Amino acid sequence: MRKLFVYDRPTLLRKLAIVPPFIWLALFLLVPFLLVFKISLADLRFGIPPYTPLTTLDNETLTLGIHLSSYKLLFTDSLYIATYISSAKMALVTTLCCALIGYPMAYYIARANAKARHLMLLAVILPFWTSLLLRVYAWVGILRNDGLLNNALMALGLIDAPLEIYRTDMAVYIGLVYAYLPFFILPLYASLVKLDNRLLEAAYDLGARPWQAFWQVTLPMSLPGVMAGSLLVFIPTVGEYVIPEMLGGADTLMMGRLMWTEFFNNTDWPMAAAVTCVMVLILIVPLALLQYNQASQYEPEKRRGNH
Amino acid sequence: MVTTNRYFRAFVLTLGYGFLYVPIACLMLFSFNDSAMMTSWTGFSFRWYRELFNDQALLSAAGLSLQIAALTATAAVALGTWAAYVLVRMGRFRGSGLYVGMLCAPLAMPEVVLGISLLLMFVELGGLIGWPAGNGMFTIWVGHVTLCIAYVAVVVQARIRDLDRSLEEAALDLGATPLKVFFVITLPMIAPALMASWLLAFTLSLDDVVIASFLSGPGYTTLPLEVFSRVRLGLKPEINALATLFIVVVGLCVIAASKVQWRKEET
Repeated sequence: MRKLFVYDRPTLLRKLAIVPPFIWLALFLLVPFLLVFKISLADLRFGIPPYTPLTTLDNETLTLGIHLSSYKLLFTDSLYIATYISSAKMALVTTLCCALIGYPMAYYIARANAKARHLMLLAVILPFWTSLLLRVYAWVGILRNDGLLNNALMALGLIDAPLEIYRTDMAVYIGLVYAYLPFFILPLYASLVKLDNRLLEAAYDLGARPWQAFWQVTLPMSLPGVMAGSLLVFIPTVGEYVIPEMLGGADTLMMGRLMWTEFFNNTDWPMAAAVTCVMVLILIVPLALLQYNQASQYEPEKRRGNH
Repeated sequence: MVTTNRYFRAFVLTLGYGFLYVPIACLMLFSFNDSAMMTSWTGFSFRWYRELFNDQALLSAAGLSLQIAALTATAAVALGTWAAYVLVRMGRFRGSGLYVGMLCAPLAMPEVVLGISLLLMFVELGGLIGWPAGNGMFTIWVGHVTLCIAYVAVVVQARIRDLDRSLEEAALDLGATPLKVFFVITLPMIAPALMASWLLAFTLSLDDVVIASFLSGPGYTTLPLEVFSRVRLGLKPEINALATLFIVVVGLCVIAASKVQWRKEET
């Protein structure tokens, strides 16, 4: 009975134990985000802070000042609309490329013997531990017009004039896929390695061809991993700032960069806040899917049957 | 038996790992190049390493970043472990959906969102109660901890889930309080995961440009901010040297850590 008491009935102490991490997250994640929404409804003004307050108390009159000018501009101006479409397109293409490169890699890593698997997995994780900024910087030296790639291709006689990649969308795609590939491989690997080999052997015994077995057994069983990987690539890519800034051209439109410009270059805080809200609005469905995916992993462990 | 196409396998793995490692190899190779250009090899030299160690701005930025990273990792491990333990062991409670949501959001949420929202909150808070007086180490630390809690929770909850609960149950049967069980039994068993997540939080903090850009104040330039301000406009060979040192140190640590881990698994 004691076990039952400790594990199954929430005591006051247990309830209190939930609180501290909750407070941190509420204070530094939830409240700040609500503030962003509030400020997105303000208007630009000179002063500190550079936006109008939501409510003003004047002569016993409480005025609620909601300004929709930022949103009006965001939903009508063609440059902003082009930016959303471009961000979503870039994130989508990046996710697809990660899937095309990452799926076979994760598949072969999961199928390798134990020792090779450790090594191959380590080789995927290792870049993730080293600085993203520095690894993206490495591409600058490779992709420039006078960079290593063009020099090598010209020395081999494959091209006569340097390829224009650096400061184009192409360079941003390369950088994004490069940076986010491990995020796709790792969750997918985790779901592929759990796959019961006997299922495949059964499929073969029943006369399935290798591609049939893959298509009807492996792929459906690994879909949660594909889903998790795709979301972990897609969501941060939409708001990515460093990679388009370092590898992209002036015409590479991405929301993270747009928000950055509004905030730091134009000091238009309400506009930057509104762009952030639109970004979260676009990401709300993928984020909810990710939460659903994660929550099923966080599901409390099954109680053992012995008590 | 399950067979795989050998040639396709070799092709995929070569391409994939080549893609991941060729840029790093080029970067490291050209850190020893005598020329300031990263375009042609003119001779072997330690010139950029010498310049790196005489670069006061980079060195003091590195000092600040290491401090913030250590403080971030410690706080994130404490809070993230706590959160992970609550989630795995306490089951569903009212608001657990929101809890999981908030815990996982920073994992995927674009960093710009986290950066701007925290900055706006600190600005409002400063206007309201006069604290924090200005942006600096504290505000960057808060941002980094909020980001890293999610990563710590993911690593630690996996370990807690795998634990054999019979030891804890035995201790409870023998009359230990749940708190004592946690510190005497559970904590030592999840220690490797805590170490791994501490290091992960440390490197995440050490690498962050975006959150620090929003939350940093005058006089508080972290290493990534300093590096980013130099390289956003082009190539800087002293950064190649810095990157090489960074990658070698981190690489050796990760390899050593995983060796220890495997040996444990084998025995």
